[in-house]
Amino acid sequence: MVKIIVLVAAYLIFAPIVGGFLAGLDRVITARMQGRVGPPVIQPFYDVFKLMEKEAITVNKTQDFYVMCFLIFIVVTGGLFFAGQNLLLIIFSLTLASVFLVVAAYSSNSPYAQIGAERELLQAMAYEPMVLMMAVAFFLYTGSFEVSAIIAHEKMAFLPLVGIFLGYLFILTIKFRKSPFDLSMSHHGHQELVKGLTTEISGKSLALIEIAHWYENIFLLGFIFLFFANGTQAGIIAGVIVCLAAYFLEIFIDNSFARMKWQFALNSSWIVATALGFANLAVLYVPVVLNMLIGITG
Amino acid sequence: MELILFLIIFPLVAAIALLLVKADAGRDAVVAVASLVIAGVSIFLFIQYFDVGHEPFDFESEAVGYAMAAIEACLAVVIIVLGIKYKKYLASVLAAIQAPIMIWFEFSIGHGIPVESNIYVDKLSLIMILIIGVIGTLICVYSLPYMKDFQHHHQGEKDRRPWFFFLMFLFLAAMFGIVVSNNLLWMYFFWEITTLCSFFLIGYTKTEEAIRNSFRALVMNLLGGIGFVLAIVFMGIVFGTVELDTILNYSSMSQYSFMVGIPVALLAFAGITKAAQMPFNSWLLGAMVAPTPTSALLHSSTMVKAGVFLIIKLSPALGFNIAGIMVMMVGGITFLMASLAAISQSNAKRVLAYSTVANLGLIVACGGVGTYGAVWAGVMLIIFHAITKSLLFLCVGTAEHNIGSRDIEDMDGLFERMPRLAAFMMIGIAGMFLAPFGMLISKWATMTAFVESNNIILVMLICFGSAATLFYWAKWLGKMSAIMSGRENIQTGVHRGEWSVLGTLTAMTVLICLLFPMVSSTSVVPYIDVVFKSAHAGLLSDIDMRIMWAMLALVVLLTTFFFGRTKKKIVPIYMAGVNAGDNLTFRGAMEKDVTVSLRNWYMEKYFGEAKMNAIGGISSAAVIVVIFSIIIGVVLMMGGVLNG
Repeated sequence: MVKIIVLVAAYLIFAPIVGGFLAGLDRVITARMQGRVGPPVIQPFYDVFKLMEKEAITVNKTQDFYVMCFLIFIVVTGGLFFAGQNLLLIIFSLTLASVFLVVAAYSSNSPYAQIGAERELLQAMAYEPMVLMMAVAFFLYTGSFEVSAIIAHEKMAFLPLVGIFLGYLFILTIKFRKSPFDLSMSHHGHQELVKGLTTEISGKSLALIEIAHWYENIFLLGFIFLFFANGTQAGIIAGVIVCLAAYFLEIFIDNSFARMKWQFALNSSWIVATALGFANLAVLYVPVVLNMLIGITG
Repeated sequence: MELILFLIIFPLVAAIALLLVKADAGRDAVVAVASLVIAGVSIFLFIQYFDVGHEPFDFESEAVGYAMAAIEACLAVVIIVLGIKYKKYLASVLAAIQAPIMIWFEFSIGHGIPVESNIYVDKLSLIMILIIGVIGTLICVYSLPYMKDFQHHHQGEKDRRPWFFFLMFLFLAAMFGIVVSNNLLWMYFFWEITTLCSFFLIGYTKTEEAIRNSFRALVMNLLGGIGFVLAIVFMGIVFGTVELDTILNYSSMSQYSFMVGIPVALLAFAGITKAAQMPFNSWLLGAMVAPTPTSALLHSSTMVKAGVFLIIKLSPALGFNIAGIMVMMVGGITFLMASLAAISQSNAKRVLAYSTVANLGLIVACGGVGTYGAVWAGVMLIIFHAITKSLLFLCVGTAEHNIGSRDIEDMDGLFERMPRLAAFMMIGIAGMFLAPFGMLISKWATMTAFVESNNIILVMLICFGSAATLFYWAKWLGKMSAIMSGRENIQTGVHRGEWSVLGTLTAMTVLICLLFPMVSSTSVVPYIDVVFKSAHAGLLSDIDMRIMWAMLALVVLLTTFFFGRTKKKIVPIYMAGVNAGDNLTFRGAMEKDVTVSLRNWYMEKYFGEAKMNAIGGISSAAVIVVIFSIIIGVVLMMGGVLNG
């Protein structure tokens, strides 16, 4: 119990700091890849503080509420993850948070925000099957949906779940809003939808969304960690290294691809989910089905 | 037991009274009093039998059996005549096949079969009684002002409201009959009455489309009825019983396992047609032509719920066997394809209809999987779906009467025009797909149960289907939330009666989520414990339930204290041109004012209705055909062995 409280408290305090640094690192690395010097690593924090001091304006009376709920439920989701709760619960809680963000954009009734919201939903539809399959795969391999049990499982899940791992890496590009899938809202200047989802969100509310993304990125990387955790020190180190490598990979992908059309996002994600996810699940099911058959014939 | 019979007979009496009363005031009074009595007795019955797990009654009456046979014969004649009159000969043919078999069976074999208990109650029928008695009557009460408006909108047409309310209450009576009948001959009788009631309700407006759709519903349900008849005949001849509990007991004995599978598959087929599973889903979509309360009734507490009720009842005999595989595959395919088809719909009622078909698919699949956890999830889905779906249908009905359209695209700015209605609708929509509401909790349990039952195909179907569900609900939710300032508030025109029903259902949608651990432990779990003869832990752990509870509390508190309370300055939105000030027009090229209109995505090319229905219908039909071919093949082979 104490361990859980410490972990959750650590998440609440350190996730935005680490997340902010990762975002800063992203900007430095991206700048270097493009032959620029780039901002200081703590630039994201400066940005957020600056946003906090902007004039308090909004487009309607409800949007701020939805944005606040988005942040709160992202934090709740991460909290549930670090408290070692049920993976499906965590996924559903993340969905709730995402829907709050989408509704915030819709509520403005602004053309750019609404198209951004539609695209965000489309992206959610694209990645959802893979995320759910990941939870199923962890259950099949470790016998539990609980994050705490998955982490404590003595065998590393990476190799048996390698298909799922690759599939998750694929949709992580969508979740991190990286090119070629930064359809609903992009960190780059070349966004055809102004700022998409967040077009009508400004000042403090926009700062809250930035902070929410820092929280979110941490537990999204946490899922990657699950593939390597096996209750040992080595597992933890391997997990953290792969998380960082995955983050770097996403930055690299971001800078190597142009934005694709939404059709590509949906098609490719579902094909990846079916090919890698289904194949991997089928492999995991083989011993189960064999046992069942033996049970029936024996 | 008297109270149970009362619940069947009293709505029938009320129905006849409503047929005779022509004045508005009289009808208002009868509907109000009858609804109050039915709801009250349902609740009382629930409490009375609260501690009883399962109680059969040996209510014996030869006369009832003959009366039912006589009424069935009359109804068959009515169908045959109507079929000929409207040149829908298939309906006549099906009725002409079905009725004689039934009457022959009743008089030759049926009356010789001893029946131990004709009716019973158990926890599941009590849950169903509560759903029918409370939600069904709420819909009837809502219908009063709605049908007044409806008549007003259709001036010059004959006032058929006595007939309408007669059918509504008759429907309730028949539903009560279905959920307490142990004698399948009785259940079949009530089953056919619901088929006919929905036939007449769908054809209520007597337009060409209404008549066409009502006959489609009739034909498909008669087809299911034939399955039901054949199941009874088979059971009577092979097992010498017409009782549901007996046949379910046989299913657990290994020497009967295949033979019992035959009537179970036939009954499940009847359930599949009634629950509007693919390839039979088109009748429920066609039912949209009826006045909206009819849809609410068909979708939430009656008709389709009879189908899934029967399948859940059969679940101990399903699982990994021939009938079970058919049921779970049809349900799973329907869930995925109907969810995808819902994406392409902009007509609110059609979105709701596809969502019903999809959710019924999930319940049917749960019944098919037939494990402890799956059945728990299935019953939970029935409860949550009944409440939330009736709320949504009635909301759409009220919106339609006030904005003159049931198209989601015409609900632009509903949040300004009818704020309370939009809020109710948003709660209903959230209730259908978001944590921490009921449907999502049940879907979570469903998913866990499917994974545990090791059915990888079903797991895949539910993963993709859930993604589609998220998309089509969230885009509707978004549309509802859009704020368009300067719209006139028009919700003052809504009747008080409508508000009170909508308010009650909204409150129930939220409250049932708070109460669901209790509903589970006092009603659902005891039922399943009895049926599966085992106690089972780990549906959803206590801690998960408590987290859901806390999340719900958080959502409610945040909404109460923070919704719409900003002190910030309100500014116009960005439009890439100069905003004319109303957030709807901007100054475009050549100084021209351009009005913006926003539409949701429907992705017709991807998820077009026709395509989804074709894929789903053909795959489901293939499953059904293959399964019955195997059954027929094996039966013929066995016949050959016996003869040789």
